[in-house]
Amino acid sequence: MLQQRGTGRDSFLKKTIAPYLMVAPAMAFLLVFTFYPMVNLVYLSLFDYNLVNPVKKYVGLKNYNTLFARQDFLVALKNTAVYTGAVVILLILLALLLALWTQKDRPLNRFVQTATFTPHLVAMLSCAMIWAWIMDHNTYGLLNVVLGFFRIPPLRWLNSSATAMLSVVIVSVWKSIGYYTIIIMSALKAVPTEIYEAAELDNAPKIRTFFRITLPLLSPQLFFLLITITISSFKVFDTIRVMTGGGPGNSTDVISYYIYRYAFSHFRVGYASAAGTVLMVILMIMTAVYFQVLSKRVHYQ
Amino acid sequence: MNNTSNLKRKVQAYLPRLPADLFKLVVAFIFVFPFYWMFVTSFKPYIETIQFPPTLWPQNFTLEAYTAILGKMNLLSYAKNSVIITLSIIVLQTVVMIPAAYAFAKYQFRGKNLMFTLVLIAFMIPGQITFITVYILMAKWKLLGTLLPQIIPFGANAFGIFLLRQSFMQVPDEIIEAAELDNASQLQIMTQIMLPMSKSTMITIALFSFVSHWNAYFWPLVMTDTEKVRPLTIAIERLKDVEYGINWNILMAGNVLLVLPVLIVFFFASRKIIESFAYRGVK
Repeated sequence: MLQQRGTGRDSFLKKTIAPYLMVAPAMAFLLVFTFYPMVNLVYLSLFDYNLVNPVKKYVGLKNYNTLFARQDFLVALKNTAVYTGAVVILLILLALLLALWTQKDRPLNRFVQTATFTPHLVAMLSCAMIWAWIMDHNTYGLLNVVLGFFRIPPLRWLNSSATAMLSVVIVSVWKSIGYYTIIIMSALKAVPTEIYEAAELDNAPKIRTFFRITLPLLSPQLFFLLITITISSFKVFDTIRVMTGGGPGNSTDVISYYIYRYAFSHFRVGYASAAGTVLMVILMIMTAVYFQVLSKRVHYQ
Repeated sequence: MNNTSNLKRKVQAYLPRLPADLFKLVVAFIFVFPFYWMFVTSFKPYIETIQFPPTLWPQNFTLEAYTAILGKMNLLSYAKNSVIITLSIIVLQTVVMIPAAYAFAKYQFRGKNLMFTLVLIAFMIPGQITFITVYILMAKWKLLGTLLPQIIPFGANAFGIFLLRQSFMQVPDEIIEAAELDNASQLQIMTQIMLPMSKSTMITIALFSFVSHWNAYFWPLVMTDTEKVRPLTIAIERLKDVEYGINWNILMAGNVLLVLPVLIVFFFASRKIIESFAYRGVK
């Protein structure tokens, strides 16, 4: 830290006030556009309030009662959980496999990493649209043509409630797997090579080296990924809105799409805020776990 | 003679690895092909997109999808909005971020830890939580007809502040003290000492910002209700509704326009970007 060193009283004052002036703009933006909206969301959820007729009527917890009594919200909640579970498991497993598989520094491995990483940079909108086109249920839909090549009957993909969620999960995993592979790769690189050399000297089989050495050493990193992916999956919106619109029926409806619809299509802001508060509580719990573990880990280092 | 046997031995040593390498190519193919398909579809006439079996290369190569999006649908005017929004965000964030990161890195002051925790928490709060209130604020301030609702809410880049603080902490205090002895102002220290030493971090942060705001979909969707403030993403999504049925060639041409700038930037700095993205995971 800098010495609070100054010759006169002026300089001392400058030193004490200066840091506050420096953080002030950033804090102002965060307070107005992040923290005030968080508090206000809870406040709005206690009112019957719509954007068309802006008269606020205090209704207490009525919005929450309605929310948890309504089948459509429970379905959205359940779909979000199913989506999150599937994405988390697939992403961590596949990214771990891919990282181990392309770990060695070879041109081909670098090419595979670059290729798998590319979709991460591309808009979710574009990924969703390209895949909606590939998954087109008509005879000319490319994926069905490929399936036909292997004599598999065509699927209706996004147009059937049986496969719509699966299709969305596939696209999400396809988009982010390269990104998580890179993160796991850098964690792998952090493992001291002496440990592996020692294992090699002992002639330990590769599988055992993985389960006894690599996996335990990676586990903190994998845990962080688990939380990060859970947080980002719980707010899924773009794919749903672009690919399925929550359908067919409400088979792919999710919380953030539900909030959006009630706020901007039905204009029921109070009710949408109650749903938003539920999402916020879930995200806050995840964030708290994240920081809890982070602080412990830093402590032990 | 010796050479050929050497080669033979090399080939024999490689052969067992061949199936795995071929499978790697298949994996890479799955990630690259959809983009190829986007390009190819955008150069087909509508009739060829709905033909069975699909053609892997346009039989009747045409630019009609592009003349449609650049002419009648005027996508360039939306692209202009996207450029203005993205650049403004990067400039605003940079101006706000540098002093904040500097104070968090080099000053000791009361409330510092609390404020820094707030920055970290803000990083975890998505637009899906804040959009209702911010929309109401913007309506109250009568800004909904402008581009500002897509710019000012992102003034404080929490992740950027975090990264830049890390980078500023690496700069030795002695350098700053020496500058102070020479009567350099805090502004001069920030712009002439701290910034040049954190150039690559700044570029990384700007690239993150560019990618995430150029690609943004949810936020502009809720913040725009007039045509003239819509960015490219929203305009492309709305290509779906026009005319009868979906013209996949036009939709894909629109997406080419959206994807191309990002891929070009990526192409010029690919390894560097990949490495800096990895940094985000190993805090």
